[in-house]
Amino acid sequence: MVKMPKPDEEVLAKRDYLIRKLRELVDNPDSVIAEKAGLRAFECDGLSAYRQLPMVAVLPETKEEIAEILKFCKSEKVNVVPRGAGTSLSGGALPLADGVLLGLGKFSRILEVDYDNRCAVVQPGVTNLAITDAVKQDGFYYAPDPSSQIACTIGGNIAENSGGVHCLKYGLTTNNVLGVEMVTMDGDIIRLGGKHLDADGYDLMGVVTGSEGLLGVITEVTVRLLKSPECVSAQLIGFPSSEEAGECVGRIIGAGIIPAGMEMMDRYAIHAAEEFCHAGYPLDVEALLIVELDGPEVEIAHNNELIAQIAGECGATVIKQSQSDEERMTFWAGRKAAFPAVGRISPDYMCMDGTIPRSQLPRVLARMNELSKHYGLRVANVFHAGDGNLHPLILFDANIPGELEKCEQFGADILKLCVEVGGVLTGEHGVGIEKRDLMTEMFSEEDLKQQQRLKCAFDPDGRLNPGKVFPILHRCAELGKMHVHNGELPFPDLPRF
Amino acid sequence: MDKYLVENESQIKEALDWALAGGKSLSLAGNSTKESLGRPIQADAELNLSSLSGIELYEPAELVMQAKAGTRLSDIEAVLKQSGQKLAFQPPDYGPLLGGQEGQGTIGGIFSANLSGSERIKAGAARDHLLGVKGFSGRGEAFQTGSRVMKNVTGYDLCKLVCGSYGTIALCTDLTFKVLPKGEKARTILIFGLAEKKAVEVMRNGLSSRHEVSAAAYLPGKIAAETDIDHVSRAQSSVTALRVEGPGPSAEYRCATLRKEFDAEGPQDELHGHNSEKFWKFTSDVRPFLGQGTIWKVSIPPASSPAYIDKVKQACPGIEYYFDWGGGLVWLKVPEEMENGGETFVRNFPDGGHATLIRGNILLRNTISPFQPQDPVMTLLMEKVRAGFDPKGIFNPGRMYAMSGDV
Ligand SMILES: Cc1cc2nc3c(=O)[nH]c(=O)nc-3n(C[C@H](O)[C@H](O)[C@H](O)COP(=O)(O)OP(=O)(O)OC[C@H]3O[C@@H](n4cnc5c(N)ncnc54)[C@H](O)[C@@H]3O)c2cc1C
Repeated sequence: MVKMPKPDEEVLAKRDYLIRKLRELVDNPDSVIAEKAGLRAFECDGLSAYRQLPMVAVLPETKEEIAEILKFCKSEKVNVVPRGAGTSLSGGALPLADGVLLGLGKFSRILEVDYDNRCAVVQPGVTNLAITDAVKQDGFYYAPDPSSQIACTIGGNIAENSGGVHCLKYGLTTNNVLGVEMVTMDGDIIRLGGKHLDADGYDLMGVVTGSEGLLGVITEVTVRLLKSPECVSAQLIGFPSSEEAGECVGRIIGAGIIPAGMEMMDRYAIHAAEEFCHAGYPLDVEALLIVELDGPEVEIAHNNELIAQIAGECGATVIKQSQSDEERMTFWAGRKAAFPAVGRISPDYMCMDGTIPRSQLPRVLARMNELSKHYGLRVANVFHAGDGNLHPLILFDANIPGELEKCEQFGADILKLCVEVGGVLTGEHGVGIEKRDLMTEMFSEEDLKQQQRLKCAFDPDGRLNPGKVFPILHRCAELGKMHVHNGELPFPDLPRF
Repeated sequence: MDKYLVENESQIKEALDWALAGGKSLSLAGNSTKESLGRPIQADAELNLSSLSGIELYEPAELVMQAKAGTRLSDIEAVLKQSGQKLAFQPPDYGPLLGGQEGQGTIGGIFSANLSGSERIKAGAARDHLLGVKGFSGRGEAFQTGSRVMKNVTGYDLCKLVCGSYGTIALCTDLTFKVLPKGEKARTILIFGLAEKKAVEVMRNGLSSRHEVSAAAYLPGKIAAETDIDHVSRAQSSVTALRVEGPGPSAEYRCATLRKEFDAEGPQDELHGHNSEKFWKFTSDVRPFLGQGTIWKVSIPPASSPAYIDKVKQACPGIEYYFDWGGGLVWLKVPEEMENGGETFVRNFPDGGHATLIRGNILLRNTISPFQPQDPVMTLLMEKVRAGFDPKGIFNPGRMYAMSGDV
């Protein structure tokens, strides 16, 4: 189990004082929650193996309140954990025993829909789906669509740079955000971007996106809206091996087609999903692709034909084309229910999230099977095949002593393997606490120091979400020191011109 | 100023150690095509990276390429073309605009400046395509960030910070970036004779349509006349242009449908293949503004561009301009004699935005801030960010904004 920083006794000792003061800082005294029963609601996020009650929770109503709270916490040396809907799968929103849990739930208004500039301005607690819901009657939508979109907030999406099944064609959160307003730990309210394109000065919005609540508290977001496509269609393509499915994915893209979504499931996931929601998946295949295309009918027909041909050449044994929107939704229902479906056949599961260069898929799957035998834990794979983002679901039973640890170990081995083949620890769920101690697998000491120096510019005391993302927190003073080497050589061997 | 042509990483390390130990600063350059962009800098030596060149990895089926910073864009684009792929953000070539040659820009330069062409409106900016960077910090330490895969949220996305930092954050040696298939066919719809307001409305409707319009520009008559595309120049009127692409039947369908939708707006024409490509190179590379004059790149909410340009015209009757990005990008050419390059009216945005001086004489670049001035909070924050990576200011000192301690 990952260890959290030791709570600060001095802070705990003044808990009552802090609560009293926090109540003075907010307009509505009910915004401060100090009773155990009330705090339970925030005890964990989507990584539910980790639980911790916060010292106190505050649910502010205005950005000015947030600014005051952060300034106060900074001066009192109190840590702060921002929280949206708490669906993070990496423990990013896990509270701290000595920290203020800052819930953004009350920031739930859509402030403006601006079709002239094709954007919407929303508060951070608005759910991902609510944005699309607000504009769909006019034929628009917000593209990134994490499977948790009914629940997760846009603030959380920014913090995690969330993706979805359509990000192959439409990009991640970072590619669909135009502006954010944010409160820094100093209590400054700053605006990065707006309704225009590109950063003026450094692209701080770019680094804030995906910063897991460590740089500031997001208080407003401007997102890009897109027009919904004319038609959408999906194909189910089954293969006798995942190698062949992987080959097919590469050749589709190589042929110049970027599908709206391209998902893969392995045998175990296919069976679990089919049993759970009868999506009509073939059960005699080792790998199944769902390839979704959108655009005008002529384009879909043209590309579908090409895809069917490629699939055939790659050894597909089943090709099924959705005949209606209803059928297409059924194809997806299985994929989207893969997590709960696996949840039904196993008391617990842990969802991993590495990305690999796609050509490495056979190697990674083979190794994963070996690891599965080694640990005696089963694994089901769902996979954003288009961009190489793997979601192995490791099945375990937390009631069996030692099994959670074994599962974590297995997960860590999978992620190390992803890095070993040229990939990364996390494609969309974030580092949080879950992968914190694996960061050194991917980054050198110096790489990590560079990242922490960015943190120092925003939050030098490390008050925001400490214990997350970085395995070792260097003090900013230490990070700031320069080590100058001798370097007195006036370029003896450099050519001059 | 001495110039050093570095050929490998150990030479770079030597140079950085030398600079750090001796309190020297370095200007970083590829082929120096964008040297005149930004604040004039005084560095003790130039570190020229143009010899660090070559494509190190290219996997078309994984949509990824890695190249050394000094690799010429023209070389990269030639290789991509062989596999039917492209850099989707359409990197512009400002060479001729800034008084140099065509085809000299490097991949390091384009990402350092985060420059994108007309297709940025749909495909995203250069920064949206940068996946990984290897290089050195101003502490002389080698580091890397990002990776070679498309989807990665491991740690802060420092690629975004490096991109557009004009070499003031890090020295990049290798860049890994996303590449995309080139649409099989492209069609550009031309609508003639619209005034700005109507043109922006038409572009908005195009961009809000289901046809995945990938570029949208408006050229006033005077500028349209300067293209060397007959269909455009002979019309002797303003041109509103919208680009669609896809497999043959799809591009044709999208084009035909959009043309029908815009039937009532005015006379139309369309550009195919080579001419379409030429048109968007003309707008992306800012070809209308070769020669003299102060040039501004103005990024504003697209719907605000008609009101913006009205005010600019009032303040400066001699102004030349055109719109790209559906109105979200306004290119301005201000007569050279205009005081302070017209900064006061150029930076007067009705609904937010920012303006960058792309071409201005050295006096002007020393007088006004070529990059959008920041309020005190943002100035301090950005300077803290920069100083974290390069505390002694050895890289391109003051190229974007004055460093703390400077005037
Ligand atoms: C069933 C399920 C399916 C999922 N599917 C996907 C998927 O397909 N793709 C994907 O990318 N993710 C997925 N996730 C993960 C999760 O939904 C996303 O990471 C989501 O963006 C988190 O949003 P949230 O509002 O729940 O944030 P939280 O969990 O509350 O917080 C996440 C992080 O963001 C920070 N944070 C939250 N709000 C703010 C703010 N306003 N300012 C600053 N920091 C803030 C927190 O401190 C924390 O570090 C899934 C999760 C579940 C449970």
